[in-house]
Amino acid sequence: MAKKDLIGGKLWETYSNNVIERMNNPTYFGEISPEEADAEDRRLIVADWGAESCGDAVRLFWLVDTKSDTILKARFKTFGCGTAIASSDVMAELCMGKTVDEALKITNLDVEKALRDTEDQAAIPPQKMHCSVMAYDVIKKAASLYKGVEMEDLEEEEIVCECARVSLKTVKDVIRINDLKSVEEITRYTKAGAFCGSCIRPGGHEKRKYYLEDILAEVRAEMDREKIKSRGSLETFEEMSPIAQYKAIEKIFEEKIKPILHRDGGDVEVMDIKKEGEETIIFIRYLGGCATCAAAGTGTLSMIDQVLKETVGPRVTARMI
Amino acid sequence: MERVYLDNNATTMVDPQVSALMKEFETEKYGNPNSLHSYGMEVRQPMEKALDQLYKGLGASDEDNIIINGCATEGNNTVLKYYLFDQILKKGDKKSIIVSSVEHPSVYNTAKYLETMGARVIFLPVNEDGIVTLDILKEYLNPEETALVSVMWANNETGLIFPVKEMAGYCRSVGIPFHTDAVQAIGKIPVDLQEVPVDYLTFSAHKFHGPKGIGGLYVRKGMPIGPLLHGGEQMGNLRAGTVNVPGFIGMGLAMDLAVSQLDRELTQVRALRDRLEDAMAHLPDVSILGKRELRTPNTILASFKGVEGEALAWELNKFGVAVSTGSACASESLETDHTLVAMNIDPSLSHTALRFSLSRFTRDEEISYVIEVLGKAVERLRKISIDY
Repeated sequence: MAKKDLIGGKLWETYSNNVIERMNNPTYFGEISPEEADAEDRRLIVADWGAESCGDAVRLFWLVDTKSDTILKARFKTFGCGTAIASSDVMAELCMGKTVDEALKITNLDVEKALRDTEDQAAIPPQKMHCSVMAYDVIKKAASLYKGVEMEDLEEEEIVCECARVSLKTVKDVIRINDLKSVEEITRYTKAGAFCGSCIRPGGHEKRKYYLEDILAEVRAEMDREKIKSRGSLETFEEMSPIAQYKAIEKIFEEKIKPILHRDGGDVEVMDIKKEGEETIIFIRYLGGCATCAAAGTGTLSMIDQVLKETVGPRVTARMI
Repeated sequence: MERVYLDNNATTMVDPQVSALMKEFETEKYGNPNSLHSYGMEVRQPMEKALDQLYKGLGASDEDNIIINGCATEGNNTVLKYYLFDQILKKGDKKSIIVSSVEHPSVYNTAKYLETMGARVIFLPVNEDGIVTLDILKEYLNPEETALVSVMWANNETGLIFPVKEMAGYCRSVGIPFHTDAVQAIGKIPVDLQEVPVDYLTFSAHKFHGPKGIGGLYVRKGMPIGPLLHGGEQMGNLRAGTVNVPGFIGMGLAMDLAVSQLDRELTQVRALRDRLEDAMAHLPDVSILGKRELRTPNTILASFKGVEGEALAWELNKFGVAVSTGSACASESLETDHTLVAMNIDPSLSHTALRFSLSRFTRDEEISYVIEVLGKAVERLRKISIDY
């Protein structure tokens, strides 16, 4: 919360002119008739994504040259808000002239970027990002139809959020591509969790196989491990030099642990790192408010331990000195 | 037609008479009513008059309190938090508060907060008409447990009117305090506290052609209440902070005008609303939510199949017509509106719902214009829409 957040209600003012123009006058809405595809080396693909009951639904039409796999023409129909219309319009435009494989590389961020007026100014606010994700999803659907990776394969895809039909892969992808850090952000980008909320964490009205909180923690941990890897150019934390280990741990404390403690006037420092058999023990000492806090040895310690396990690996333990 | 304002459940135009009156208390008579000198003196009498207008307008008796505050949100918070702090946490014999599941966020989210503080909150469901009935209330009410019941008089989104008189009467018979958020009722339907035995009632001036930033909390004689804001001794120690004098005086006149022109609301505004609603019903695949006879005379909540609510609001805005949408798409939280969820309507309708709310300033030709452009807007969006 800061000055820019105090006067709410801003939504339509935040759309780029490109978005507004396409909302008002979309160029590529419409259909492609079977007659148009009725020629040699031509194939019509009609892909549906979303549902009206979820607030967004898009139908993508492709006319594909089967010799070169090139998308000759793309059209769309959309049930959705203005940004869904604009995203669909730019998505159809981006598809045209590309091969199906090239089109598959278009991400939701490409759609959003193509809607910008200037390079550094977002075209749509975060809560509208799911519209661009929908454009990305429908391309995937169209490509799978074209490639004959048929419905059975699509249904094998793990769906995390049934209400918004968001797959496990989509959730993992948006976390990675957009560097998302909270469930709220995932919801904004994909709509997963925006409806019944059952897929956010256990305890909703429906039991789920995957929960957004778990997926987020898992993907973030993977990303952090990759970061540690690339930083140390070593395989695992265990294989790092003591200096690199210390630096990696310090960084995790600076970025992920200390800010939480600072909020309550506390602090912590890393005193030592020691191996005990298979385990790596991180010895810590509390400072400030934490030094006298009753929860420092219980809740706070287990939070620190959890962060270390998620970012470094399961065989790392935090211990008070 | 330049612009047409059909979002009067969000806020209203200040009546020009009210606006003119307020000016005097901004640049000329700007004294603090708690001052002893002439500047203080000259505002107290007009404030007395405004208070008279409010008491008369609501049918309050002189032994009751009408605490002037900042807005209805403040009034709702004052009542709910008083019961939390003083009754539930301090006394602790009754732990539960009952509210309806279709309350405005100023009650709904406050109740959610109370829950985090240890209160047990029961959210009353609505019936198939979208209404909380006395029978529903009786089912959930437990005189041993319930510290307070709060049910709105009329719903902000659907305009549906709740049987507050019956519910308040029943609560009184079993000795449970009853609060109502009457923001959407005042100026639209009769609100007479001689007739309706509510114990607490909140209202806000800007919903009945008064200014923003001023409201009131009615507390019936003998009912307990404490301040939400502590500080000076304004409002009999029940609401600290220098009174917004121009707002207060403006609110008094706005109440007077709203009550004296209530007949117009019940006839003229209703006729215009009905005309618009009938024209909508002539468009294909339109659903109107809530039976007409159960709604305030100024409100329509309509769903246009195949057309997402925010997209239609955008389209109408291009024509200069201001309406509002409960569409999840337009809110930052992306949450489907809890009122529509509670009404258990088809989820696709909740994404297509649009609210049209009129006022006594809405003119006949404005409605003609809206009817004309609405058809065009719906037609264009249905052309783009997937299944239409």
